[in-house]
Amino acid sequence: MQVDFSNNYFELFELPVSFNVPTEHLDTRFRSLQRFLHPDKFASAADAERRWSMQAASFVNEAYQTLSSPLKRASYILSLNGISLDEETDTQMSPMFLMEQMELREALGEAPDAADPYAALDKISKQLTGSQASSADEFAQACEKEDWPTARTVVRQWQFLEKLGSEVQAQEARLDDAL
Amino acid sequence: MAYSDKVLDHYENPRNVGVLDKDDPNVGTGMVGAPACGDVMRLQIKVSEDGVVEDAKFKTYGCGSAIASSSLVTEMVKGKTLEEVEAIKNQDIVDELALPPVKIHCSVLAEDAIAAAIADIKAKREEQSDQKASA
Repeated sequence: MQVDFSNNYFELFELPVSFNVPTEHLDTRFRSLQRFLHPDKFASAADAERRWSMQAASFVNEAYQTLSSPLKRASYILSLNGISLDEETDTQMSPMFLMEQMELREALGEAPDAADPYAALDKISKQLTGSQASSADEFAQACEKEDWPTARTVVRQWQFLEKLGSEVQAQEARLDDAL
Repeated sequence: MAYSDKVLDHYENPRNVGVLDKDDPNVGTGMVGAPACGDVMRLQIKVSEDGVVEDAKFKTYGCGSAIASSSLVTEMVKGKTLEEVEAIKNQDIVDELALPPVKIHCSVLAEDAIAAAIADIKAKREEQSDQKASA
């Protein structure tokens, strides 16, 4: 087994560059790479080799995290195709999408004061899960057609959904803490 | 990360939070978003017939720097002409709030929100003058 830093993450995991990745294969390959790079195996190795193994392990981890998360995987596929998300500099989004996002964030802000806060959060959560699933479908389709402008738009919107999803979870945790 | 006193002040006491009627012919609305952090910003300006900003409101969902940037911008634009408002750049916000490099994109968001609001009010005015011309 070898870890080549010039490989892309898909190559490292012996997968074709595609949005659809078999989770089982991903996990199996990750475990065998982890075994291969286990610190115990390098305990008596020369300094340079030990340093290499640590770098390789972090490369493998980063690759695994990227390929396991649908959104990160999608962004990564875009970057492999030379498409930048310009996520800090390009602020133009569909006004309708932004309006929806604003309303969802408003609803999240009001959720703690609702008669049943958990139900209010659950409603937002369900809507988000649906939107994220549609994003994944739309991305897969655009990717297949190599329609990169559409794929880029989908990922840029998906980032808002992911962010809001983590805020919903944080709000849920705060409710739990208050119980 | 430590926020500057000015950011904290705007964050804790945001100026001009609210909404203007987006269908009012004298109101320009700018909506922008930053995918990097999922921030959403709405900035509105009410502009007099002779092109002076009479009122400004904002609503921002985002980090402290994004909220402070939009709050500051609503204060900066009031009483200015559209030309003067157009001259406001994100660096002015960075300087005023002492934003660190990782938060510069928050000021970009605010600058783009003003630009979008100005574009909106200009489009509305053009439409009105077209209607007058064709009437």
